[in-house]
Amino acid sequence: MAGSRVIVVGAGPAGVRAAEILAEAGLAPIVINEGSRDGGQIYRRQPDNFSRPPSKLYGTEAAKATALHAAFDGLRRRVDYRPDTLAWNVTPGVLHTVHHGQTQDIPFDALIVCSGATDRLMPVKGWNLSGTYSLGAAQIALKAQAVSIGRRVAFLGTGPLLYLVASQYQAAGAEVAGVFDTSPFALRVKALPKLLARPAVLAKGLALVAKLKRAGIPVETGVTPVEIAGTPDAGVSGLVLRDRAGRVREIACDAVALGYHLRPETQLADLARCDFAFDAESRQWLPTIDADGRSSVPGVYLAGDGARILGADGAEAAGALAALAALRDLGHDVADGRIDALRRDCARMDRFRRGLVEAFPWPAANAAALPDETVVCRCEAITAGELRRVARAMGATEANRAKAFSRVGMGRCQGRYCGQAGAEIIAAAIDTPVESVGRLRGQAPVKPFSLSATPLADQKGTEQGTPA
Amino acid sequence: MHRDPDGSDRVGPDAGPPRHPRFVRLDETGRTPVRFTIDGRAATALEGDTLLVALLSNGAALRRSEFGDGVRAGFCLMGACQDCWVWTSDGGRLRACSTSVADGLSIATEQPEASWPVLA
Amino acid sequence: MNPIKTPTAQADVIVVGGGIMGAASAFFLRQRGRSVILLERGLVGQQASGVNFGNVRRQGRFLPQLPLANRSRAIWGRLNELLGEDAEFLPTGHIRICYRDEQVGVLEQYAKDARTYGLDLEMIGRNALRERFPFIGPEALAGSYSPTDGHANPRLAAPAFGRAAARNGAQVFENTEIAVVEKTGEDFLVSATDGRQFRAPALLIAAGAWGTHLSSQFGEPVPQSVHGPQMGVTEPLPYRIQPVLGVSTTVTEEVVYLRQIPRGNVIFGGGNRGPAYPDLRRSYVLPTNTMNQLPQLKRLVPALANVNIIRVWSGIEAYLPDDRPVMGPSSRVPGLYYAFGFCGHGFQLGPGVGDVMAELIDAGATSTPLDPFSIARFLQG
Repeated sequence: MAGSRVIVVGAGPAGVRAAEILAEAGLAPIVINEGSRDGGQIYRRQPDNFSRPPSKLYGTEAAKATALHAAFDGLRRRVDYRPDTLAWNVTPGVLHTVHHGQTQDIPFDALIVCSGATDRLMPVKGWNLSGTYSLGAAQIALKAQAVSIGRRVAFLGTGPLLYLVASQYQAAGAEVAGVFDTSPFALRVKALPKLLARPAVLAKGLALVAKLKRAGIPVETGVTPVEIAGTPDAGVSGLVLRDRAGRVREIACDAVALGYHLRPETQLADLARCDFAFDAESRQWLPTIDADGRSSVPGVYLAGDGARILGADGAEAAGALAALAALRDLGHDVADGRIDALRRDCARMDRFRRGLVEAFPWPAANAAALPDETVVCRCEAITAGELRRVARAMGATEANRAKAFSRVGMGRCQGRYCGQAGAEIIAAAIDTPVESVGRLRGQAPVKPFSLSATPLADQKGTEQGTPA
Repeated sequence: MHRDPDGSDRVGPDAGPPRHPRFVRLDETGRTPVRFTIDGRAATALEGDTLLVALLSNGAALRRSEFGDGVRAGFCLMGACQDCWVWTSDGGRLRACSTSVADGLSIATEQPEASWPVLA
Repeated sequence: MNPIKTPTAQADVIVVGGGIMGAASAFFLRQRGRSVILLERGLVGQQASGVNFGNVRRQGRFLPQLPLANRSRAIWGRLNELLGEDAEFLPTGHIRICYRDEQVGVLEQYAKDARTYGLDLEMIGRNALRERFPFIGPEALAGSYSPTDGHANPRLAAPAFGRAAARNGAQVFENTEIAVVEKTGEDFLVSATDGRQFRAPALLIAAGAWGTHLSSQFGEPVPQSVHGPQMGVTEPLPYRIQPVLGVSTTVTEEVVYLRQIPRGNVIFGGGNRGPAYPDLRRSYVLPTNTMNQLPQLKRLVPALANVNIIRVWSGIEAYLPDDRPVMGPSSRVPGLYYAFGFCGHGFQLGPGVGDVMAELIDAGATSTPLDPFSIARFLQG
């Protein structure tokens, strides 16, 4: 009850709102943040000596961003905040962290994982060339560092972020070579009923596209990526694609921002031994959660984009909801009305999420068409051809088996960026549904850490961060 | 196109000087300069830069892929892809996207032989 | 539900367990012209055979096991040609070092004893060790060098045996979990949980951590315990450490071993074992075990201090109280054979075990002494 040990992992929209609810209940949660500053990726804060106003950084979402930052600033005395801290593993009832080379085992009664998302990537020949960045990377470069990833940037992929980042680049004075969306326009019309679950968000999206077009930036839908052109030493020199009319064209650029919407960061949920299920709509494995964010493991809660890609608003609601669920499970009184309202919010966001998945689908079919020489696993430089060989000739029809034989997903990023595409390549190579290929099992550490790390002398699990 | 005439935006010990910055600064250029070195050569960045931005404002790449497919310049910028690990000249490891540049930092774009495989 | 009636599959020999022991046995039985059915609960080489360190090490073994290890080492040398696939065996040498004076004597005595079993080891003093292998840390007082041992890729070896066996005519059934093994008349009848049945006059139980579950059905239970090895791997580094390195000590926490593969990663293990749950097919690396390995890795190779760990893993290994496997004929049932419980050191032995078990089953006897490994040592009475 009052002395319950609750840990929140992540200080983005979900983590901050979860911490807020827990602090309100007098629980003084530990908040683990891998970054130095709160806000997560979406409301990432620029360094202190930067001067751009929030409106320039967050556009139409500036008020939400500053509200979240203010909320967390107000919490600092009531939470045990631990920035620059990686949650590298979780075992039953214990979170394992590393902070500036010191490891610590922190016991918990409840763990709320708000681990966020990364870009979801479909390889394209040449995506291992320097100058190819994830779409999220392009946005971080601008938002947190006021730089462009290149002199002339092409945006390739699908999803709302593609248009948002391109328009942010255009507004900041970068040269945008074009926005190239693999999804055909017709799907957006088809998805309208679901997208209308959030009419204001839909309107903002439409305004973005209009603004890009007014600025004279080419915006094309229904394209098929062919290759990111360039050389191993100099990097990207162009983007080759097949347009809607079937013509193969090369667009000159020295940087490509690539992304196909998002995928949740699920390593901690996996290490916590949570169940996963295949989500047929988005074609990815997601941790199983109930309406309030309870995972299959008692005491472990999942919220925000790390569980379901609901976006920032949805993450705030899901974070709050998961914290209320944890409080209730720990024996606190929680009003039904509060939970019901948040559930309704989340349900609406989830309907919109499904609309986005329908409007901007993961281009699974592109995996089958990747030339054999395409690098799939960037970490280990393993090609699609090698993955097909182990699937066909060595019988590796399951994702982890294919990893064992081919090394795809065995590198430093542990398959974050190649795992889903790898499964599609295997499925296409042996003509089987992608869900039967399974998913790469999460393995510790969640991110690499140095062999020089040592256990913190005082393993009491108290003060580590600096109070504000 | 900004490809070098001799195509040699190289990293590593036999690299020439970096010819072209990969990143372009669009704003916030009035910050205090920070001086550091890349493979022994003097370089300048701005206070508040991540090491990745500092390096790619001075050159086109961070390191060479271990598996022969060319140079790498980072990918996700959010600490997930692990593409941007570089070395300090004394053999330490830094993930460039989640490290701040600092005065006097000495960065190597190839594993310093002095520290591998023998450490005094 | 109507169980699907499939005709009972038949062969000369049924091998239960598709680890490296079972897969190699199936392969060598085919070499001898015997028809074989290989039954595997999951996928071939997925459990202990696939997740171990990859040591192809003879030195340090129980001396009477060296004839088997030598026979296996000879097969490792021609594995690619035998299997038509590369299991990445590299005869890079293997060094055991020690940090204590008394342990130097232990290594010297072992080197002397091993010579009579045909294993030549070179003792290297402190200074020469640092000169020849400059990556080894200054605390090492001496090393025992086995120049012809080395390492291989455990993820590839057992599956390669399984595929080669299948290409040569073995019937390999994966995802086939065995519920009942029994002898009916002259034949063994093996029944899977899904009702499929397999029949043969000879049966080899090579089921690793599931071994005693099956041997018990013939009245021969063994006091087996199950643990998970605690493995890890670093990021890729320039390829400099050719030999496999291991620490010889009586202190469990000091035990660490490592090998670098030509792609650059350093693979390591050692120290305390972790929990494993055969019924769930799960095993775990305990974070404290990983943290205990780190200082020992730096002690063995100080240059690793700044390197990043990128992944850890475990697996399910069967151990017996005397740290020896169960290998050889049943003491009760004619036609029944065992090869399981290799106590975390079976990978090197795998090809030799396959060859020896095939010889034993095919010819009724083997030239390689197996008495110390007989299941009879656990029988009451």
